[in-house]
Amino acid sequence: MAQTATTNPRQHYFVPQPMPWPIMGSIALFCMATGAVFVFNSHHGGWISIALGFMILLYMLFRWFGAVIGESEAGKYGKWEDVSFRWGMSWFIFSEVMFFAGFFGALFYTRVLSVPDLASLESQALLWPNFTAHWPSAGPAFSEKFSPMAAWGLPAVNTLLLLSSGVTVTIAHWALKENKRAMLSLFLFFTVALGVAFLAFQATEYGHAYSELNLKLSTGVYGSTFFMLTGFHGFHVTLGAIMLSVILVRCLLGHFKPDHHFAFEAVAWYWHFVDVVWLGLFIFVYWL
Amino acid sequence: MSAVLDTHGQAHEHGHHDQHGGYGGVMRWITTTNHKDIGTMYLWFSFIMFIVGGVMALVIRSELFTPGLQIVNPEFFNQLTTMHGLVMIFGAIMPAFVGFANWLIPMQIGAPDMAFARMNNWSFWLLPFAASLLMISFFTPGGAPGVGWTMYAPLTVQQGMGMDFTIFAVHLLGMSSIMGSINIITTILNMRAPGMTLMKMPMFCWTWLITAYLLVAVMPVLAGAVTMTLTDRHFGTSFFNAAGGGDPVLYQHIFWFFGHPEVYIIALPAFGVISQVIPAFSRKPLFGYASMVYATSAIAILSFIVWAHHMYTTGMPVTGQLFFMYATTLIAIPTGVKVFNWVATMWKGSLSFETPMLFAIGFLLMFTLGGFSGLILSLVPIDIQLQDTYYVVAHFHYVMVAAALFSAFAGIYFWLPKWTGKMYDETLGKWHFWLSTIFFNMIFFVQHFLGLAGMPRRVPDYPLQFETWNRISTVGAFGFGLTQLLFLYIVVKTIRSGEKAPDKPWEGADSLEWTHLPSPAPYHSFETPPVLK
Repeated sequence: MAQTATTNPRQHYFVPQPMPWPIMGSIALFCMATGAVFVFNSHHGGWISIALGFMILLYMLFRWFGAVIGESEAGKYGKWEDVSFRWGMSWFIFSEVMFFAGFFGALFYTRVLSVPDLASLESQALLWPNFTAHWPSAGPAFSEKFSPMAAWGLPAVNTLLLLSSGVTVTIAHWALKENKRAMLSLFLFFTVALGVAFLAFQATEYGHAYSELNLKLSTGVYGSTFFMLTGFHGFHVTLGAIMLSVILVRCLLGHFKPDHHFAFEAVAWYWHFVDVVWLGLFIFVYWL
Repeated sequence: MSAVLDTHGQAHEHGHHDQHGGYGGVMRWITTTNHKDIGTMYLWFSFIMFIVGGVMALVIRSELFTPGLQIVNPEFFNQLTTMHGLVMIFGAIMPAFVGFANWLIPMQIGAPDMAFARMNNWSFWLLPFAASLLMISFFTPGGAPGVGWTMYAPLTVQQGMGMDFTIFAVHLLGMSSIMGSINIITTILNMRAPGMTLMKMPMFCWTWLITAYLLVAVMPVLAGAVTMTLTDRHFGTSFFNAAGGGDPVLYQHIFWFFGHPEVYIIALPAFGVISQVIPAFSRKPLFGYASMVYATSAIAILSFIVWAHHMYTTGMPVTGQLFFMYATTLIAIPTGVKVFNWVATMWKGSLSFETPMLFAIGFLLMFTLGGFSGLILSLVPIDIQLQDTYYVVAHFHYVMVAAALFSAFAGIYFWLPKWTGKMYDETLGKWHFWLSTIFFNMIFFVQHFLGLAGMPRRVPDYPLQFETWNRISTVGAFGFGLTQLLFLYIVVKTIRSGEKAPDKPWEGADSLEWTHLPSPAPYHSFETPPVLK
């Protein structure tokens, strides 16, 4: 039942009215999943289902977030609701950390256990006598030549870009708290720009890998871990950049107050999370 | 739901329609943001899936009634064992306890609703779509995956498109669980009424807080594992392919890093329900409340470092086996703390044996048995003999059915008066308990003997020497299945024509939903926080 915020923050918690968007999200994901299965198995009509599902998803996100932004700007969220949002976002980021932990686990397992194991004892004696353990490795049955991605070219530049964007978003946050709106929008814009630049370099790097290094998703376990880890990270940077852009638009529309701007903070947290994952990638995928 | 007394003694008249917001009919259920509506949907959904998974189990048991192949071909048999596991775990047991969480946590901590009411709706409404994806896989070329619910590589890489449907179903189920868990954690941490400190919360809330933490930690890892399977299938990655430098055993490590905490994700809410029921019918507070909280936390932490005890026979250094064996046996300590606490709660209590208490005592005895067989299986030398035999099947069904399902029954009989405002039929409830207990042991106790004698699991045929126990098991399975129709009848009868329930039908119950709310609980409870002493 909708309740307006009262003077006593612990008296009434905002419990929203029923809305049709959640089930629309389920329908969208169902269409996308079914479409994807069709595409993967070379059946007709898959792309149509994916496109339909994606459009429904976009519409649903637009309306759902629109409703939440409307409620926020109408002052329906007080301190009590604010704490809920903080817990919710923190645990969501924790779940994302665990998702990446699974892929990092796969990377460490292959580097420390499976590749050395394939070059030892029975594996060497009975299956692949010429295979020696080394990293990067595409496994004993991979016969083509490939070059690994070097750390100190574009990846190092990307590290610099992403770390700088962490600084600019912090400056933007400081400006918001000081109510310096022009500076807020400017530094938020810098953050988005740095994110987009990162993605552009990442795309260039992928092109380079495919066209010159012969490094592909199918290049054994090195290609698998390299592209899946950096790919999922890039996907998260894309999401983060979209979220930052929404926040930028909202800033330009005059949303947020120095003491009431959790949406901004949530996106900033997410951006820092993406940043930290990149540091892990830079160290363990590119460098060491 | 007409006249509602709130905790300050003022009478409020609520019209039926404005209570449910703007929508009526089916749209009320589709759009609802009410934790009680959503809890009800979770519970009915889980019952439907319980029947679906149960029918699969009955086909499996029919095939195993006698040696030789008579009803289904081996491929379909494998699909049934796979889907039975997935449906029962992700479709029946987990949603049932999320249903309990939705109904009870806001009432037990004095909150107006869940912290994220709309996301709560989405958490539920992902489930029917995920379940549809799972079921669609039966109708694809090649049928549903026949790989076992653990979805081990490399078998998964060689399946038809049914496998892809299952992978996406797991993604949606994971999303649902993660959102539901974030909601539960936030509700418990932020929505407690003033004075309801963490260490005053009912034990059910504690067990769910820790369960939700486990879910947020491990469901994303499962999502990662099935995503790697998907890319290995279609995009040429080599995560589980030794020729490319990967390892099929890597899948098992990632899966069981999810899979073992998953066992406690199922068991801990069951412990929570039992920790509410036993004190109520012993008319004593829970013995050792604080130690119960610490034991639950200890189980949760240990559950992250024991996963490879599912993999003793897949090739592991002896040091690794020893580590996982010792870590696993360590879990017996906090679990023992719990069992002794429940027994001590009953010690010198003023006991009465209504249906919920019967199911709780049944839980206690049979869960202990399942725990002991788990302890036996945790020992490497024994496990190497018993790996993939019916002994393992018997063990985990004692934990999944006699512990989780029985505690869900205990909880439903216990809270049905609060949810519906009606009393169930005590005589029929007792019949349900005794028939369930007898038939359950008929199915699964004998499977210990089959396993010790060497009968492998997930195989549709077997040598003649195993026939007797298999026949007993199959007869028990049909008895157990039919008994659950009695349960459905009892619940429907309660809703339609049960006697009116008092606000507090159980003398010893002391949490807020009994002491501060009428039966049935009003559509919106605790819009303003209750005053606690």
